[in-house]
Amino acid sequence: MSDEQIPSELRYTKDDEWVRVEGDEVVVGVTDFAQSQLGDIVFVELPAVGATTEAGAPFGTIESVKAVSDLFAPISGEILAVNEALTDKPELVNESCYGTGWLIRLRPSDRGQLAALLDAEAYRKSTESRAS
Amino acid sequence: MSELSRTPLFEIHRRLGARLVPFAGWEMPIQYSSILDEHAAVRERAGLFDVSHMGQIFFEGPDAVAAVDRLVSCDVASLGVGRARYGLLLNDAGGCVDDVIATRLGERELFLCVNASNIDKDRDWILHHATGDVRIEDRSPTTALLALQGPASARILTRFAGTELALPKRFGAARMSIAGLELIVSATGYTGSPGFELACASTDAERLFEGLLAAGAPEGILPVGLGARDTLRLEAGMALYGHELDDTTTPFEAGLERYVKDLARDFVGVEALRRIAGETPRRRLVGFELVERGIARADYEIVHEGSIVGRVTSGAPSPTLGKSIGLGYVPPALSAVGQALGIRIRGKDVAAQVVALPFLKPGR
Repeated sequence: MSDEQIPSELRYTKDDEWVRVEGDEVVVGVTDFAQSQLGDIVFVELPAVGATTEAGAPFGTIESVKAVSDLFAPISGEILAVNEALTDKPELVNESCYGTGWLIRLRPSDRGQLAALLDAEAYRKSTESRAS
Repeated sequence: MSELSRTPLFEIHRRLGARLVPFAGWEMPIQYSSILDEHAAVRERAGLFDVSHMGQIFFEGPDAVAAVDRLVSCDVASLGVGRARYGLLLNDAGGCVDDVIATRLGERELFLCVNASNIDKDRDWILHHATGDVRIEDRSPTTALLALQGPASARILTRFAGTELALPKRFGAARMSIAGLELIVSATGYTGSPGFELACASTDAERLFEGLLAAGAPEGILPVGLGARDTLRLEAGMALYGHELDDTTTPFEAGLERYVKDLARDFVGVEALRRIAGETPRRRLVGFELVERGIARADYEIVHEGSIVGRVTSGAPSPTLGKSIGLGYVPPALSAVGQALGIRIRGKDVAAQVVALPFLKPGR
């Protein structure tokens, strides 16, 4: 059942978020495993640009038809942008979780936190123990 | 926690890739593909549900009609053979023990279809309150129940039979032999779309389920899980026991007065209803839609002018209407259509207004 995509160039959290480092900034989204477990995404609530995140603390919520889930920040930082397209098209998270369904762009306050994130192989192991 | 029960279709659900979850003590499919796709299939084409977790309690004997009439809130004495009616089992305080469908199969044979979570409670309650010459049998363990719902249902059932069928009309029911299977076919459902509920022996469930999926393939039928079943029934404004109804809810609070017969008649719970019939209930069930962005969920608080005035009992995005809808209890003074309310979502009050039920008008 682990046919979900886990791109090797990304970093991951146990809470099923991915992180892509782009120079001084990082982009954050939810993984293919997460969107597949959630099912049809119908609502995404994200913080305002300029707000700060704290590693491990909730920064927003994502809702499927049946359930509400918190989004946990992979690292601490300042929010530079949020994906406004998700307001009208939350289904982008299902359709393209690593692309047009991204969530937030951050400027990390402590780049050392990046080293604590999982690589693709470690994340795959964490999903295999939970696959339904 | 005790082990979960499985329906006779469990292996098929697994083969179809269903996501299985615990529900009312059963391991049931919540979705096969996508709740939104499954919902749309039922509204536009057809969907097939395994609802074998539900219970069937049979009544046979010279006093069967009188006995069931005394047990349920709706009028069963006037129910013709081959007809079904929605009703409530009420306790001595007028609260809902369960909501059921009573079906008259013959001159002296009826059955009640009851909620999975209430089978044991209902059976005990029925055995305690039943009167007269009637044999009562809980056939839930040996009966499977499938729901074929959606506008293409009759065509699919006919194709499965391989011959023209005299199918029951809405709220009709009949014993029928279809494709060699002995079925009780009821033109009932829990979706707000036309369709049938098909009861069969547990041992025939796989043949019936797979046969209907095959017969429905040209129509675009989908197997449908409990996730879409919940959004479908909510759009239809139908109560879910444990959410809108429980042992403390009266039919007057829940807006189910029309399923209560003349209070001059004798039935279990009527004394309590007579006492409270003239009073304004302390709360009333309303349907609401959000007028701002957000999704209301069960147990969220309903607010008015900053005060908590009630609680959401069910809420979801409505796939058919493209709005966020819900049901909940509020004081009668705040229950009129058009009333502005707020739904407290993660500490923020999101604007909502009371709307008429059902959310989805029949015929849509």
